[in-house]
Amino acid sequence: MAKWIERQRNIIDFTLSSLLRRKRKNIALIFVYIVVVFFLASVLFFTYSIKKEASMILQGSPDMIVQRMVAGRHELIPISHIDKIKGIRGVSSVKERLWGYYYDPIVGANYTLIVSDDSQLSVGKIIIGEGVSRTRLLFEGDAMEFKTYDGAIVDLEIESTLSQKSELVSSDLIVISGGDFRRLFGTPEGYATDLTLKVRNSRELPTIAVKIAELLPDSRQILRDEILRTYDAVFNWRGGIMMVILMGALLAFIIFAWDKASGLSLEERREIGILKAIGWETSDVLLMKFWEGMAVSLSSFLAGVIFAYIHVFFASSMLFEPVLKGWAVLYPHFKTVPFIDASQIIALFFLTVVPYTVATIIPSWRAATVDPDSVMRS
Amino acid sequence: MIELQDIRKVFNTGRPNEFVALHGVSLSIDAAKVTVFKGPSGSGKTTLLSLVGCMARPTSGRIRLFDREITSLPERFLTEIRRKTFGFIFQHFNLIKGVTALENVMVPAYPDGENHASLKERALNLLGLFNLSHKAHSKVEWLSGGEAQRVTIARALVNNPSVVIADEPTAHLDTKLSKEFMEIMRRLNDEGKTVLIASHDPIIHESDIVHRVIEMRDGKIVTSGIAS
Repeated sequence: MAKWIERQRNIIDFTLSSLLRRKRKNIALIFVYIVVVFFLASVLFFTYSIKKEASMILQGSPDMIVQRMVAGRHELIPISHIDKIKGIRGVSSVKERLWGYYYDPIVGANYTLIVSDDSQLSVGKIIIGEGVSRTRLLFEGDAMEFKTYDGAIVDLEIESTLSQKSELVSSDLIVISGGDFRRLFGTPEGYATDLTLKVRNSRELPTIAVKIAELLPDSRQILRDEILRTYDAVFNWRGGIMMVILMGALLAFIIFAWDKASGLSLEERREIGILKAIGWETSDVLLMKFWEGMAVSLSSFLAGVIFAYIHVFFASSMLFEPVLKGWAVLYPHFKTVPFIDASQIIALFFLTVVPYTVATIIPSWRAATVDPDSVMRS
Repeated sequence: MIELQDIRKVFNTGRPNEFVALHGVSLSIDAAKVTVFKGPSGSGKTTLLSLVGCMARPTSGRIRLFDREITSLPERFLTEIRRKTFGFIFQHFNLIKGVTALENVMVPAYPDGENHASLKERALNLLGLFNLSHKAHSKVEWLSGGEAQRVTIARALVNNPSVVIADEPTAHLDTKLSKEFMEIMRRLNDEGKTVLIASHDPIIHESDIVHRVIEMRDGKIVTSGIAS
């Protein structure tokens, strides 16, 4: 065993000295390699952790949302429907919800306004998301001006800002009291934006949804799983766009790396001949080439992944957050919580390290099977 | 003792450029002696040495090395014999460019899995033996012809072989360096090593250290007498 380790050590030692001979070429290769792995790993880290985070936040959302539809459009729903739904077996609670969008012409952004039933906000007070606070430079105690549906101006006082933990979905959020909401949008009393339901047994959700559809034919029912699936699809789609952009770069890199790794120069062929002539076996030559491929690809892979980790989880993915986080003016500004999917890292490893190492070994194998006496006759 | 029985070597068999390098050569080479193969280019000297040194297989015939038949051995065993029994000194030195003299000397021993530190010490001692300690960490392309030649000899000796094979070793050396080379060969022979040299340089085959000169021409042995 000690002999085996020493053999590996000696050959690695020689491989590294060999690599240092073509310092510039190899450094350039490693640099490009790191950049490619960095971008790929960044996209993987970012999409995975953003999806995970969004799904965690949405875990607290209601089991079902009931909305009224008029001519295929979402309309206000009478609060009186609550009692009808409550009568269905298996429904534990039904609440009305008021929410909407408000366009702020000053910054050209849309805010999401929501009346929270958890916080007992008094009339004239609001709680704002970090994105709103950052964009408008408004903080606790400041007054924020709104224009009502009939053109009147209303000042609402900022009571606090929302925690940064959930900024991905709350960046553009404004929590408002029910009274202020109705005053702002002219929503009549007795109506809500939609209704939210909690059920005792989530397996009964489809049955309850069918019963509601029968009871209120003009309503639609949105299940929590559907929302999660939508988020998943949206983030996958955005990650996919980034991937498509990166594919071009990846392809160029593969061609470059393949050319570099697979093309043996005359000098390299001569060297293999010398090594064989002085007593190296074909397997020793292949071992050297294996370590050469590994030294380049593994170090680039590790460096790329580490840089991507820093980029995504410590530097807020600054290089491509505009693409991945959506079209909103109020980009969420938060540190992504590190969630890593091991299978993705393994896939990335197999897509980058393995092909390069194989591309290094195969041409050497062909060169290493020649008779060593070619050196004597050269 | 190395014995060759009816050795034939044909290159590019069956092709239009087929070439017979050796025509049924039979020969017995004594151990611990200095044997020189002389003859013009293309006479088959180098081919003969490469067959003896297990670098290639004869097309037909048998080679026995210290009473062991080696022609039928698989590639792996041939490589091991080559590494442990033979030290090669090539005409064009064949050093690995870009790495140091020290590393060039160490390279043949790497596959054996010897401890790196002890191998390094042995390689340094060898370089010291040839007055090259100060050049140990120089890259080989910075060395003079004589220095490169001595690094090649140190490399040939790193696995302590019993047979040293040199192919046209003085082709790129001046008279003084050629004589120095022969002095080194004398030292090696005094230590009990078998030395086989292919050369048409008179400095070599007229040297007093040579025990036997075998003259070759057109792939055959012309004379195989005792050196004068």
